[in-house]
Amino acid sequence: MPSTNQPEISRRDLLISSAATVAMTGAAPGVAAAQFADRSMHYTSTISLKVNGESRDLDIDNRTTLLDALREHLHLTGTKKGCDHGQCGACTVMVDGRRINSCLTLAVMHDGDEVTTIEGLGQPGNLHPMQAAFVKHDGFQCGYCTPGQICSSVAVLEEIRANIPSHVTGSLTEQATISQAEIRERMSGNICRCGAYSNIVEAIVEAAGARA
Amino acid sequence: MRAFTYERAASVEAAAGAAASNPEAKFIAGGTNLLDLMKLEIETPSHLIDVNGLGLDRIEATPEGGLRIGALVRNTDLAAHETIRRDYGVLSRALVAGASGQLRNKATTAGNLMQRTRCPYFYDTNQPCNKRRPGSGCSALGGISRQLGVVGVSDACIATHPSDMAVAMRALDAAVETVKPDGTRRSIGMADFHRLPGDTPHIETELKSGEFITAVVLPPPIGGRHIYRKVRDRASYAFALVSIGAVIQPDGTGRISVGGVAHKPWRLDAADAELPKGAKAASAALLADARTTEQNKFKVDLVERTLGAVILEARG
Ligand SMILES: Cc1cc2nc3c(=O)[nH]c(=O)nc-3n(C[C@H](O)[C@H](O)[C@H](O)COP(=O)(O)OP(=O)(O)OC[C@H]3O[C@@H](n4cnc5c(N)ncnc54)[C@H](O)[C@@H]3O)c2cc1C
Ligand code: SF4
Ligand code: FES
Ligand code: FES
Repeated sequence: MPSTNQPEISRRDLLISSAATVAMTGAAPGVAAAQFADRSMHYTSTISLKVNGESRDLDIDNRTTLLDALREHLHLTGTKKGCDHGQCGACTVMVDGRRINSCLTLAVMHDGDEVTTIEGLGQPGNLHPMQAAFVKHDGFQCGYCTPGQICSSVAVLEEIRANIPSHVTGSLTEQATISQAEIRERMSGNICRCGAYSNIVEAIVEAAGARA
Repeated sequence: MRAFTYERAASVEAAAGAAASNPEAKFIAGGTNLLDLMKLEIETPSHLIDVNGLGLDRIEATPEGGLRIGALVRNTDLAAHETIRRDYGVLSRALVAGASGQLRNKATTAGNLMQRTRCPYFYDTNQPCNKRRPGSGCSALGGISRQLGVVGVSDACIATHPSDMAVAMRALDAAVETVKPDGTRRSIGMADFHRLPGDTPHIETELKSGEFITAVVLPPPIGGRHIYRKVRDRASYAFALVSIGAVIQPDGTGRISVGGVAHKPWRLDAADAELPKGAKAASAALLADARTTEQNKFKVDLVERTLGAVILEARG
């Protein structure tokens, strides 16, 4: 893994920090204050996220992905890290109602946003219908991809209702429908290494029927 | 990932100015390509300029009867837009053939155009690559080249541009609108926006330092059958081996733009002119100057056959 959480001090970084020092101690305090105010000379940021309905303030390194903010800072470990490169879907969460890969976005870009994770969809004893359908249909084996699969599938049903087309949608000018083919295509961003796909599709079909 | 400072741009002009004053700064939109490359330290910006929230997320009619697509419109929203679906179907189809639902919710119009190649050696920082490290050599020539380019290639680089969206925009004769750091605006046709690799494969587009994309403009609709056909190693969530974006009229004339074969969407007037004669003639014109490797020469046949399927679909 080439990436590390240790700040590396390169020549360039030293130049930047000395430039910042000059700006702060130099003859133009107004400029320095403005730069401070817009945080543009800082490697860290203070942000606020609304996670599963609760406001959370965070001091983070700018490099922190939304995924790492959720897991390492807020200890919401339901959301999983598979590839960390947008290729597996294990990190899928909803931001402002839309599913995204939390590994390919920076926490600092989400100041003020509403995030829903698997913990927010439902809890033991109070399962979301999609969670219950996954349990009923055995939509998993090891379970590692499951939080991402469930967040994604809840969003998929909403995307079909919102008439967002997919690669297998027959006509672009007619309302998209819920079918096995549509579900399979729209879930392709969620890889399951255990190959639980057929049960996952059955679970989603049942949850779709229950809500229809 | 290298440490970086971060700002939210307050205006388009401020974004371009901030980028021009720091050559190590980068714009970040959806982040789905830039962050991927930053994690591998293939991209190492010292400063990020967040361009979300500049009000560039709208799709508007132009006085000429076309559409202006804001640079920050998400791929999902563009594909789902009523007028795009009705009048520019090839674009909707190309978008939903790319990436995954999650990625399309984040990916933006400008970011998609600017995404970098998927050549495996560009991603492997242990290997020489002229695009990543100018002058270091090209590992793909003589290496694993199955996915790579067959036309418009050079001795320095045979990479392809991976965007599906751009292939459709080239077929539609779209134009990219920009602002330079000095505030001047210009429009660059899709034919000229992406460059061929030549001796400088690290320079991928016509954009100058700090130049910021504000929108992509589509000319008025031209009717016809809109088809996007993508051939890949798995049925979904994979980059194209070959893709064809086509608009074909009832009389058999039309436009064909090809993805997965070159450093830019590949479209030639000479090939469009041959289209009424059929797939063989048109693909021969498209790939007249092809320079293949042992591993990717199959793409020549694949273009002809994919085009044959597109023409059949247009008649059906
Ligand atoms: C697993 C995976 C599979 C994928 N599959 C496909 C596929 O099949 N087909 C396909 O087409 N794509 C595919 N993609 C790529 C995806 O489409 C791109 O990552 C996305 O479109 C980039 O958009 P973005 O807004 O996230 O760009 P960012 O990552 O934010 O930016 C990309 C580049 O654009 C620059 N930039 C952004 N906005 C502007 C602007 N306004 N002006 C000037 N420069 C700007 C940035 O500085 C950066 O250099 C895939 C990606 C992944 C991770
Ligand atoms: S084809 Fe281009 S991107 Fe790939 S190794 Fe050669 S120079 Fe690098
Ligand atoms: S961890 Fe985000 S897609 Fe794999
Ligand atoms: S259940 Fe094991 S990866 Fe999907």
